[in-house]
Amino acid sequence: MSSGDPVGMRSPLGRALGLGTAGGGARHWWAQRLSALALAPLGAWFVVALLCLPNLGYAVVHAWASRPVNAVLLLLLVAVACQHSYAGIEVIVEDYVPDKGRKLAALLLLRFAHVLVAAAAMLAVVRIALGGAA
Amino acid sequence: MATRPRPLSPHLQVYRPQYTMVLSILHRATGVVLAVGLLLLAYWLLALASGPEAYGGAIHMLASPLGGLVLAGFMLAFWYHFCTGIRHLVWDTGRGLEKAAARRSAVIVVVAVLALTAASLAAMLRLGTPA
Repeated sequence: MSSGDPVGMRSPLGRALGLGTAGGGARHWWAQRLSALALAPLGAWFVVALLCLPNLGYAVVHAWASRPVNAVLLLLLVAVACQHSYAGIEVIVEDYVPDKGRKLAALLLLRFAHVLVAAAAMLAVVRIALGGAA
Repeated sequence: MATRPRPLSPHLQVYRPQYTMVLSILHRATGVVLAVGLLLLAYWLLALASGPEAYGGAIHMLASPLGGLVLAGFMLAFWYHFCTGIRHLVWDTGRGLEKAAARRSAVIVVVAVLALTAASLAAMLRLGTPA
């Protein structure tokens, strides 16, 4: 009946929509890998750059973080890290919380928490870069 | 019939523990640790954005013995998740999944994690407590 799907386990509608078994699995899988690929150099840069500073006093760190290149990379680090973190936590909750209501509640709560942390951290980076603080 | 518990497949305890499976679950565990670490990153950035006093308070806390221990833990978790994450990305290309290759990469990962963490901790100690 179908070409390219010799086993024939997929429904005609699913095939027409180009979906996998559960709908969005491939997209989630790909997003998690993509963010991992971006996060590996960003995370390594962050740790190594901080450890290479002469000291971690306010003046040195603030000057470092307000340089445009570093500010952009910090923004990307926060955004991608929060996205990657939620993608991972999502899979863990789906694996270990069988109850549907609790699963939904946990996922909503964790998503809000991730967006909140991302927004706060990104505002901080922007404020540092634009010299808004006293 | 409807209330009868569904049969469960044999779970972890029937398997002899192997270091490859310990490495696998630790990838998840360190991922969760690093998710918590995002809170610390956000707190640190907010303190830095709020001025010298707030930043000084944050650094004072992080430079305490307990703070240092927490930072060292995050450092270990970061490099662990970093190295095993790269191993996972290689696996995703379909390479290195054979038993011998997976065991070899496990050893490489552990050595790399220890080396990177040791180097980071040494650099952290060199930085010392800021004035």
